Amino acid sequence: MFDWLWAPLQYSFMWRGLIAVVLMGSVCAVVGTFVVLRGMAFFGDALAHTILPGVAMGYLLNGGNTNGLFWWALGAAVLSAIGIGAISHGSRIKEDTAIGIVFAGMFALGITLISTVRSYSVDLTHFLFGDVLGVRNRDLWLSAIFGAVVLAAVIGFYKEFVTLSFDPILASTLRLPVRILNYFLMLLMALAIVISLQTVGVALMVAMLITPAATAYLLTPRLPRMIWVAALIASFSGGVGLYLSYYLGIASGGAIVLVATSIFFLVWLGQATKRRLQARTEDKPA
Amino acid sequence: MTLRDELTLTKHWIVQHHPHEAGDPLLRVENVSLWYDGHPALQDVSFELQAGEHLAVVGPNGAGKSTLMKIIAGVLKPTRGDVHVYGHAPGGHICIAYVPQRNAVDWNFPVTVKDVVMMGRVGKIGFFRSPRRTDWQRVRQALETVGIQALAERPIYALSGGQQQRMFLARALAQEAELILMDEPLSGLDLPAQEELLALLPTLQQNNIALLFALHDLNLARQHFSKILLLNRQLIAIGEPDEVLKPSNLRRAYGGHLHIVSDEGRWLGLSDTCCSEGEG
Repeated sequence: MFDWLWAPLQYSFMWRGLIAVVLMGSVCAVVGTFVVLRGMAFFGDALAHTILPGVAMGYLLNGGNTNGLFWWALGAAVLSAIGIGAISHGSRIKEDTAIGIVFAGMFALGITLISTVRSYSVDLTHFLFGDVLGVRNRDLWLSAIFGAVVLAAVIGFYKEFVTLSFDPILASTLRLPVRILNYFLMLLMALAIVISLQTVGVALMVAMLITPAATAYLLTPRLPRMIWVAALIASFSGGVGLYLSYYLGIASGGAIVLVATSIFFLVWLGQATKRRLQARTEDKPA
Repeated sequence: MTLRDELTLTKHWIVQHHPHEAGDPLLRVENVSLWYDGHPALQDVSFELQAGEHLAVVGPNGAGKSTLMKIIAGVLKPTRGDVHVYGHAPGGHICIAYVPQRNAVDWNFPVTVKDVVMMGRVGKIGFFRSPRRTDWQRVRQALETVGIQALAERPIYALSGGQQQRMFLARALAQEAELILMDEPLSGLDLPAQEELLALLPTLQQNNIALLFALHDLNLARQHFSKILLLNRQLIAIGEPDEVLKPSNLRRAYGGHLHIVSDEGRWLGLSDTCCSEGEG
């Protein structure tokens, strides 16, 4: 058993991958808790996809060098978030329509840009589904620094974010800077997404934002605990998924998300069964 | 509020509460109108409210009761007209508490009763700080005042309708509100729960807290409030119950949807437009 666990770790890429998924999992889960509570899953999915043209542009302009990708991706996400806000704010277009338009448009731009490169399919696959075993020390440092920034921000503005998520009208009568806080939360989502780019990729990112948080939501009625549980589930899914990918030779991003999804369904089934049993015992005459 | 307003408000990391000017009434609503897509939701509404005064707001569905409350809270901007709280725009005050309609709240949100009541103090605590012992004391006192201190640790999904309303009242107390706006708090409550909630109102008055209370039941309004505002987009009448709930006024507000019954010299209105959810 221990051999089974230790053997892959003689490779440094496995070490780095493991650190990367735990970092990514925790940061995504913490931000994802607010995504789930505010019903922003579609926005999260869209934001993840809109970083593709940024990544593509950085990739093309730097001649295949991947050093600057982080900033390009972040820039694209911020631009998209502002674009969605601007379209839905000042016109009759509803927010989810605005999200859909920007989401598909940016994604199409990304695919078009990447298709101009000859090794098209390999690179596109890495961006779409992640390349956790290609994580370098430099990526880890960036992820760690920005992950710490995101966590510190959530802790620092915790009570404001909770109040704004539960009751926006209260936040507004308390004269909290509602719009600034909303944009700030979007920025934190963008950072979490960019950190996860290498580990799960653009296409599956939304799973890391919402699946562990939704599982934790089923497990506990207290908010701080929900955040911890979500982070634990996400990190665990990341680790298990990485090992599965190593031993079964399957795509790591897919494996990680499948583990998280399985945990969600186990919890969901467990709770449904518990409710049924309770209903049955209550039906029985005493 | 514009982005620049928000930036000025946060410049000192905490809201600068406007001073209360002694001569001004707590609330002055002046010629307030709001238009939605070319239709008036409110037209030329003007009235005043003194500190500690309680006012029932009645009127048919779609009369603009919620709209009026949200304008006073500073959440909606009127198309025309002004709202002054102690002589200033509502944006500079954190002494106004808005209690939302029950169906506007996510009751599965993973927080407990005391967490929600503490939210009322978020503006006072300020950024980057956690609640101090005095804040928790305020929360406990507020819960005691409304009689649900035993429910402090309970998740909010486990509350009855009456307990939900009392929790929001406690939140308004923890906020140290001087004006509480309650939007249809009785809708969906059974009679004992309605009476329990109404029985708390004199306590507010003793603490000099003013109240705007939107409700459907004209008879409850008459029994529990000494001042009533009758609204149907326009302000039809404001004043003492007998004066406001006259047949001529009621006919103007409700049209044919109200049967008026005379009962020993008092007028009873039986409305058939009662209690639909999500009224505008």
